[in-house]
Amino acid sequence: MELKMIKNIEPREFEKYELNRDRLLRLYRKMLEIRRFEEKVEELFLVKGILSGPSHLYLGQEAIAVGVLSALKDEALMVTTYRCHGHALAKGIDMNLLMAELFGKSTGTCKGLGGSMHASIYPEKGSIYATAIVGSGIPIAVGLAYSLKHQGKDNLVVCFFGDGAVNTGAFHEGLNLAALWKVPLLLVCENNLYAMGTKVERALSSKSIADRAASYNIESFVVDGNDILSVYIATKKAEKLIKEGITPVFLECRTYRMKGHGVYDKAEYRPKGEVEEWLKRDPLILFEEKLISLNYINKDELKRMDEEVKREVEGSVIFAMNSPILDFEELKNHVYG
Amino acid sequence: MGDVMELTYAEALREALREEMIRDERVIILGEEVGVFGGAYKVTRGLLEEFGSKRVIDTPISEIAIVGSAIGMALGGLKPVAEIMYMDFLTICLDQLITQASKARFMSGGKLKVPMVVRTQYSLGRIHGSQHSQFFPSWFLQAPGLYLALPSNPKDAKGLLKASIRENNPILFVECGVLYRSKGEVPNEEYLTPLGKAEIRRKGEDITIVAFSRCVNEALKASEELSKEGIEAEVIDPKTLIPLDKETILSSIKKTGRLLIVSDDIKLGGIGAEISSMVVEEAFDYLDAPIIRIGAPFIPVPFSQKLEQEYMPNADKIVREVKRLW
Repeated sequence: MELKMIKNIEPREFEKYELNRDRLLRLYRKMLEIRRFEEKVEELFLVKGILSGPSHLYLGQEAIAVGVLSALKDEALMVTTYRCHGHALAKGIDMNLLMAELFGKSTGTCKGLGGSMHASIYPEKGSIYATAIVGSGIPIAVGLAYSLKHQGKDNLVVCFFGDGAVNTGAFHEGLNLAALWKVPLLLVCENNLYAMGTKVERALSSKSIADRAASYNIESFVVDGNDILSVYIATKKAEKLIKEGITPVFLECRTYRMKGHGVYDKAEYRPKGEVEEWLKRDPLILFEEKLISLNYINKDELKRMDEEVKREVEGSVIFAMNSPILDFEELKNHVYG
Repeated sequence: MGDVMELTYAEALREALREEMIRDERVIILGEEVGVFGGAYKVTRGLLEEFGSKRVIDTPISEIAIVGSAIGMALGGLKPVAEIMYMDFLTICLDQLITQASKARFMSGGKLKVPMVVRTQYSLGRIHGSQHSQFFPSWFLQAPGLYLALPSNPKDAKGLLKASIRENNPILFVECGVLYRSKGEVPNEEYLTPLGKAEIRRKGEDITIVAFSRCVNEALKASEELSKEGIEAEVIDPKTLIPLDKETILSSIKKTGRLLIVSDDIKLGGIGAEISSMVVEEAFDYLDAPIIRIGAPFIPVPFSQKLEQEYMPNADKIVREVKRLW
């Protein structure tokens, strides 16, 4: 059974969710922050050669992190992956700290010990964990959600992962346990169509990822992951189901990586036509068009907002560059507690 | 009632779990067959009835999810004790144990803590064949962030497990299957056995024997034999491999000048290799003889009981090897 897709949200519908002008503009700005941050990161790697190591950009997927996390309460706990910069910013983590972590500086979210792939770990903001091993965060999120349920806390866990994760043992064991334990867990699969260089249909035997989740008796939705309003409303619906039933819910958000798997990957394995088609559905452009058509903002205001965001990003680079690196002697203090 | 009671190794472990579950509501048990079945080796028998299914959780056969969800519970403020039925099955969930649990604290700059115990057991000596008898503690010497306990008797089994549950770090707690029914004296009073503190189980002047888990008993038996021939062995039980109490081992060697290490793991790259290297680095000048290591050969564990017994370290092998030095 093909699950119905949540897409093409009309104003009348999103107004029900108190998505007024101010709120929509705040969401747009957050997406723009992620976009400009990631573009800067790419530049720092490829043009300036200042950053090195693996880094996985969130370009093209901004609507998912912002849509999901803005729909949830601030106290929701998050488990994510190595493609975590977007989630970090959407969860409200200070851009300076995030950039400093990418620079490996002691002022970073993880004192420079985590790096790009763990930079979103920041429990102060409910961002509990980010794993660099595909799929491994899912059972961890299940246990974290169990701890909330066990302690009678009125809260939930949101777990992000990609389409590659759905073929791991951790995914299957984790979903089965989540369903058995009925934990308050929102599973968000960001299906960007490629697991590194392998297209989803070359790796997935099921009809769809959401179908696979549904086979574990978990309520599942397919969502247009490039439309922030669809993501937002799907998340609101999921949150309601989670609270009512104390049960996991699964969202498959269909999206596209604008760039390669990692910052150095040119993604030459993707057909040119496919890339062009998806770039027309750039989530920022789609949202911009909607905001303009609603007369919520004009081109000049958008330009001013963009300049402001770019200045913030520049500021984060300066903050990171001026920050110190931890003393080697301090490393041993962080192994055991 | 006296100051001590006699308990089996399995009963002592159960007492530790019970006491800690009574003391701290955050302590949760999860694993395969830990509840209704009462534990594959009956360690958790009766705990489901006493503490309920929210705290004693039967899981499917899902080792990744058992350890993974235990990590999540620990991050969420609980104190999970996960059970992996055989040490062999750890290979299924090493990502969770080594790459996730052991690194979480470090790579978060010290912000995360994973107070989790993973209990398991090795069944060498129980005629379980190659896939249910493995014992590979030295692998975890490459996993900073993880502690590793190897209790050799009921008293330490209880005290170490209680101390492990109160830790703030992930701990791999490796029990010895052949010891579950062995009895020993356990204090009635509450006590904790600290991690990283070795115990001199027998005093001696002539040779230091460092032994782990089941092999501590073999070393003690061998020492009695050796004593008859005038060789007095000092037997040290480190109790935990990580952290390792180097001080106790080194100060004994400074007295005896000789060292034998015995453990059930494969000798090649095993516990003995690490300890002997450490001693050569730190106490070379005190050594009067070559260091002896006794472990298993570089062969999978054979099934036949006779072959398995020959495969394993024992008191006779210890006596024979020690006598080579005189």
